[in-house]
Amino acid sequence: MGAVTLVEAVRLAALQEMRRDNRVWVLGEDVARGGLWGQYKGFLDEFGPERVVSTPISESTIMGAGLGAALVGTRPIIEMRIFDFVMCAMDELVNQIAKVRYMFGGQAKPAVVVRMPHGMWRNSAAQHSQMLEAWFAHLPGVVVVTPSNAADAAGLLVQAIRSDDPVLFFDPKDLWQAPGELADEIAPIPFGKARTVRTGDAATLVSWSAAMPLVEKAAETLAGEGIAVDVLDLRTIWPWDEDAVAASVKKTGRLLVVHEAVEVGGFGAEVVARIVDRAGPTNLKAAKRLGAPRIPIPFAPPLEAAVRVSAEKVVAAVKGML
Amino acid sequence: MAITDFSPVDRAGAFEASFPSPRKPHTHRRTSMTTSGDNLKRLLDLYRTMARIRAFEETALEAHKAGDIPGPLHVSIGQEAVAAGLCANLRPDDRLTSNHRGHGHAIGKGAEPARMMAELYGRASGYCRGKGGSMHIADFSVGMLGANGVVAGGIPIACGAAQGLKLLKSDAIAVCMFGDGATNRGPFMEGMNWAALYQLPVLFVCEDNGVAAFTAAESVTAGQGVVARAESCGVPGVTVDGNDVLAIEETARDLVASIRRGEGPRLLHARTYRLLGHTSTDPAAWRRAEDVEAARGREPLTRFAKLLQERGATEDALGAIRKQAMDEMVKAREGARAAPWPETAVAFDDVQDVGAVAWAR
Repeated sequence: MGAVTLVEAVRLAALQEMRRDNRVWVLGEDVARGGLWGQYKGFLDEFGPERVVSTPISESTIMGAGLGAALVGTRPIIEMRIFDFVMCAMDELVNQIAKVRYMFGGQAKPAVVVRMPHGMWRNSAAQHSQMLEAWFAHLPGVVVVTPSNAADAAGLLVQAIRSDDPVLFFDPKDLWQAPGELADEIAPIPFGKARTVRTGDAATLVSWSAAMPLVEKAAETLAGEGIAVDVLDLRTIWPWDEDAVAASVKKTGRLLVVHEAVEVGGFGAEVVARIVDRAGPTNLKAAKRLGAPRIPIPFAPPLEAAVRVSAEKVVAAVKGML
Repeated sequence: MAITDFSPVDRAGAFEASFPSPRKPHTHRRTSMTTSGDNLKRLLDLYRTMARIRAFEETALEAHKAGDIPGPLHVSIGQEAVAAGLCANLRPDDRLTSNHRGHGHAIGKGAEPARMMAELYGRASGYCRGKGGSMHIADFSVGMLGANGVVAGGIPIACGAAQGLKLLKSDAIAVCMFGDGATNRGPFMEGMNWAALYQLPVLFVCEDNGVAAFTAAESVTAGQGVVARAESCGVPGVTVDGNDVLAIEETARDLVASIRRGEGPRLLHARTYRLLGHTSTDPAAWRRAEDVEAARGREPLTRFAKLLQERGATEDALGAIRKQAMDEMVKAREGARAAPWPETAVAFDDVQDVGAVAWAR
């Protein structure tokens, strides 16, 4: 296949799976028109309106109907358009999808993928920019997928569609146009396996989703100054690759977790807590998080930029640990 | 427990105080009803279903009162005709979503009372292995897709089940049970629009018992009611006397047939009355005594028994059905009480395939 953008990679991944399994279908606003982001472009022509269902702006029913359709044996992809709109479907996601298997004693198989493009994107302000993936790591019953590049997004989406678990798939919408490489046949990537981006002994940098490229950029800068760091992309935050992070930290003795989401109560706190617990505090020289301040996302470009984590902030944080 | 006397259980304060006069139900006109042998058997089957639901819930209430059953218990005593009349028209592969007051729906759909009772007791042999309780009884093997602890929670799920069945080219239908309270939630209006838009094979059943938890529904509901709301979205609806099992059975038969023919969604509005409180511990003491008395006069089992006798059933035959129902439920209770608790490890399974937390890590 060769070079593709992230949005094209996930389009091809869903296309491959819908061709492979006719129980897979997609529902959500504007999906028959290709989706808000073009991630379903051409699907209507190939699969028809019964499998590519443009819906009313009825988030509760988009989510709940996806569940109902899964309970009779189909495998829906539930498209939320923009992550922030899932707030209108929280009962269906949190009280229903995440719990039916458990509370019915294993009778239900809620095999749905919920796609929620998240994060800051072109000054979209407070209700179209949030990163609340940590909420869902806190929710038993679901898998939380947070890819950062085209190949991972495609492979993880294939895995998500084939999974019998409900999978919350956070497309990183600021990275839709990021270039990447993709094989002709998109192989599934297992959940809970981190990707080693680069290696070094000075510190361990852990990130996921939209913060990943700036962590890589920071690592480049640090390398230029003779500071080599391990960089791990978790790819999924539930399950997450605790073993890989622990092994790296055992080597480096320093951990920095970076995410675009608010730092307070973010998933970085969980990573740090688990690794400190596992390594023992005396075996660590430093374990820190870097995220956004606990404020809503502002509109004006200079204000939005002030909220974002940046490569410069990552560089400074690493140097502060050395 | 006097199952032979079908007047509702008289609990301290249960039937004192006020309740606003219920609105007059639209009179459903029955088509001719003969009493050939086949018909009488069919009518007795309906009576048996109602008697089993009543006996199950009376037994469960007793067990709850005795401290055997933990947690809240929402019973549907007085509403049995809806589940019985409706479910007589359903096939096992028709899917049904229920609500928090769903014991009758489950029994009507074919769930086993012994496993239901074990679930109420929280035992390993229960439908959900003791992980759901009264509010989450499900039996997927008979198309019972689960009770639901959230009002209107089953509406989007039923829409999706119908959509999935259509996608799979099945001629099974989805049935969605909810109460009057659910019609004031957003998913109700979303669901009506959705089902009509995609012409889904779904029957919405509004079991209107006139009270949303502790509040008279009409005191919190504007407009012309559930049928008008559904019809505003293009879902044809019909109101029936929900305490008249034959009216329910006959109307549901017509609606199910038209849905199965591919004519799109329908709504059945059944006016009934919840004879007891919201939960087993709610005396519903705010209702007017005369309203409750009047409702007892319309109580569906006594009413149907009278009609059956007019149609040739003997009191002995009816008494035998009631006794058999109560014997079944007493046995179910004894079985549940003797059943083991789930192993603690059971709390840790059925969470998810990937990323589940191990027991005793």
